[in-house]
Amino acid sequence: MLEIRLHGRGGQGVVTAAELIAIAAFKDGFESQAFPNFGVERRGAPIQAYTRISKEKIRLRSQIYEPDFLIIQDDTLFGVVDLFKGVKKETKVVINSSKKLNEIFSNKLPLKKENFFIVDATKIALDILGKPIINTVMLGAFAQFSGLIKVKSIKDALREKFSGEILNKNIQATEYAFNLK
Amino acid sequence: MKTILEGSRVIAETIKMIKPSVVSAYPITPQTHIVEDLAKFKANGAANYEYVRAESEFAAASIVLGASAAGERVYTATSSQGLLLMIEVLFNIAGMRLPVVLTCANRGVSAPITIWNDHQDIMTLRDAGWIILFAENAQEAIVLHLVAYKIAEKYKIPVTVNVDGFVLTHTYEPSVLPTQSQVNKYLPKYKPQKDEYLNVENPVTFGAFATPADYMDIREELHNDIKNTQKEIGQEIKKVFKLLNVREKISQKEKNLIFNDNGLVEYYGVKNPKIIFLTMGSLVGTIKDFIKENQKEKLGVLKLRSFRPLPDKIILKMLKNAKYLAILDKNISLGESGVLGMEIKGAFFNKTKIKIQNFIVGLGGRDITEKHLSKIIKIIQTKKDQSVFIG
Amino acid sequence: MKRKLTVKPNSSRENKTGGWRTFKPDFIHEKCIACNTCALVCPEGICKPNKDGKKNKNGKIYYDFDPEYCKGCGICAANCPVKAIEMKLDKK
Repeated sequence: MLEIRLHGRGGQGVVTAAELIAIAAFKDGFESQAFPNFGVERRGAPIQAYTRISKEKIRLRSQIYEPDFLIIQDDTLFGVVDLFKGVKKETKVVINSSKKLNEIFSNKLPLKKENFFIVDATKIALDILGKPIINTVMLGAFAQFSGLIKVKSIKDALREKFSGEILNKNIQATEYAFNLK
Repeated sequence: MKTILEGSRVIAETIKMIKPSVVSAYPITPQTHIVEDLAKFKANGAANYEYVRAESEFAAASIVLGASAAGERVYTATSSQGLLLMIEVLFNIAGMRLPVVLTCANRGVSAPITIWNDHQDIMTLRDAGWIILFAENAQEAIVLHLVAYKIAEKYKIPVTVNVDGFVLTHTYEPSVLPTQSQVNKYLPKYKPQKDEYLNVENPVTFGAFATPADYMDIREELHNDIKNTQKEIGQEIKKVFKLLNVREKISQKEKNLIFNDNGLVEYYGVKNPKIIFLTMGSLVGTIKDFIKENQKEKLGVLKLRSFRPLPDKIILKMLKNAKYLAILDKNISLGESGVLGMEIKGAFFNKTKIKIQNFIVGLGGRDITEKHLSKIIKIIQTKKDQSVFIG
Repeated sequence: MKRKLTVKPNSSRENKTGGWRTFKPDFIHEKCIACNTCALVCPEGICKPNKDGKKNKNGKIYYDFDPEYCKGCGICAANCPVKAIEMKLDKK
């Protein structure tokens, strides 16, 4: 079973991103589960969401303490939330930031350099969507970096959540991020 | 067909197919998504019910009471303080023998304010004359809602289906929804008993006076009728699982484990367990995972789908030769112990030598992990016997 | 009773919400007519007349915002009757 923990702020679509990964994985033939760890929902407040992906039926209901993947949607959370709590040596991390890795971590890296993938999702979202809603950009980057889910499945998942112009733009954002690197 | 949807959506889709003619609710976290979805279906023309947005839970419960008394199929949902505000009306619904179905998205009770999950809210309904069912996952929520209407309408007893707030209501997971024709066949259009509903052509009064000459007998009948639904609830649950073809199966890694499901209670674990967990709702999933990962420990879990009526004799039989019974309560009767723990201890008095210990877990959304379950199996094998808070 | 159940007021001051924003308002002081609209609509209550009483060339004590708490919602800019507030990408 693979466990993904997503960090972000209310309004950035963190919960939707967790759900989209679960839907995409289900479309790829896996069992999956996505759920939020809500505080009292407010725009801007730090929140977490979780996704589990497995070949077998998922029964476990507890929160995710030792993630295999971390998706960090907002680099202002560093120092506010203990983002790397419970990470393993092999945990892979996708971060939305306009900064470089050594600018984000002035001290020692919490994991090996290769475990990080940084994408300026806010800029991409502003360019494509016109709004700083970055979750679909992050999904494209995650699909690319993890190799876990097909970008086609994410697009299919997006079709279940959005329609019209918003759908097209989100698909465009996902593809753009997927083709980075 | 297997799809992946949010738990609340799955419940709303099921209710839509069951076709109540009146839905009334007041929004409260974490029930909100269920009634929002039902309102959307109505707004989009996908559903035909009257959707009455009430001004409070007291009003919502009163509206479904009235509509049910008028001979209609009805639905409402709530949580926590909302359920508490409904309580007076809910006692009346049971006393009037109205087949109301209510989903409780379980949440702790104030103060302090908590929006998170435990089972404290529904315990206030324990003595009201309702049938109380608990779902482990989205799939069971579908099954139990279908069964709820079947039993409620046949026996004229209201039923509440409990789903853990957030843990089930806000979780996306795969499940199989019935088809409309399956639902139509299983739950034909509701027909109230002739001359026993509000009708201007043939007026009747509901909830009238009962003097000491009658009151006690009426209560005794309701009590007996609830007890007598037990067997049929179990059968109907099994029937609907079969109908949807969704019974859980043993996987490769679980060859030494068994499922034993009689509808009311499900056992999962080794064939001859030493320690058995007993609990309700989504927590069972985490325990199953724990048992699967710790097969040397000789563990099992009994999942109680029906809390009222309480199938204590069935549970007793399913304990077999186990030495320890850990009862996990996500609620507490403050000053005493967990409610299920208290009831099972009472029911089993002098009937078994198994050591029973009660554990209070997960109050106000405190997460329950494998670490806590390890702690429980350690503590239960010591001499201690009080209720213990774990978490 | 050992556990304290009461909460002291003013806790929202400790939560510096300025880090949440993507956009930052740019107050163009020379255009400001000191109408107080931004102060009325700001959900955080952080748009205020310049605290040193500084005036622009029209003689108005112009308005400022508190960057420590501004979440960048843009309600001030949307409501300013003379377009004296512009939302700009916040370079952090």
